[in-house]
Amino acid sequence: MSPADLLAGALPVPRTAPGFLGWDPQEAVFVALALLALAAGVLVVTTRNVIHAALWLVVALGAVAGCYLLLTAEFVAWVQVLIYVGAVVVLLLFGAMLTRAPIGRSADLDSANRPAALLAAVATFGALGGLLVDGFRAAYVDLDTAPGGPAATGGAIFRYFVLPFEVASVLLLAALVGAIVLSRPDIGADRPPDGRGAP
Amino acid sequence: MHLVYPLLLAAGLFALGVYGVLARRNAVLVLMSVELMLNGANVNLVAFSVYLQDRLLGGQVFALFVIVVAAAEVGVGLAIVLLVYRNRESIDIDRVRELADVDPPEPELQR
Repeated sequence: MSPADLLAGALPVPRTAPGFLGWDPQEAVFVALALLALAAGVLVVTTRNVIHAALWLVVALGAVAGCYLLLTAEFVAWVQVLIYVGAVVVLLLFGAMLTRAPIGRSADLDSANRPAALLAAVATFGALGGLLVDGFRAAYVDLDTAPGGPAATGGAIFRYFVLPFEVASVLLLAALVGAIVLSRPDIGADRPPDGRGAP
Repeated sequence: MHLVYPLLLAAGLFALGVYGVLARRNAVLVLMSVELMLNGANVNLVAFSVYLQDRLLGGQVFALFVIVVAAAEVGVGLAIVLLVYRNRESIDIDRVRELADVDPPEPELQR
């Protein structure tokens, strides 16, 4: 019995899944966006230019946001655009420039264990993908009855997940204070007297 | 929509992140690869939330929390990277070997 069969008893509607080649428009757009995200991801981890890697990351994260939209998770999609594409990538670009990364192509961005890394990645994809395809081959998502939309998400956050929401704000405050303490040299523990770490 | 497509997208993004974390030596690029892995996990969460028709939207809300935690992680991580750069003029994570068990030979630059 596959995991999809185990879950099927908890589902409200029985599913009649069409074949894999009879794509409806949502499915076709989703597959196109997923291929775009994966191609941009490949460029993120293989390009020889740090700035280009950050810009390809924008493409990958934007395509994933489109996938969220197609999965009826509107609010997650726009939060992804705001926080990931808007804030995290800008932070990464700041980091790349503040560490004076080579703006052009540079040859030493990859370490010597690339073959082992490739092997590990292929093994990960094979294990994860094989397991998921084997378990959920026949599972079909009914997008028409899915409870999505910003109203449902907002209600869920502020009705059932209020405490984690507040804890997340405390976490963000702690991260803010931690980043300031780490990046300012004039506060924090005293430096060793040899002068290393002085600005 | 077949559930297999989002699941394969998630597995692919996660595997790309694994490759990037293991193969890159620039710390900023390693952080980018970690973001790819977190996005793979988020795609999984959202897909299962929709598949199970979850009235509490647990998967979507959890994906939102993952995004928040990822933002915090990138902030603190970049502060650490900047501190490492300030102390040793380099962010090659191959060369930060103080916590290594044995003293390895200096890694040669790859051509």
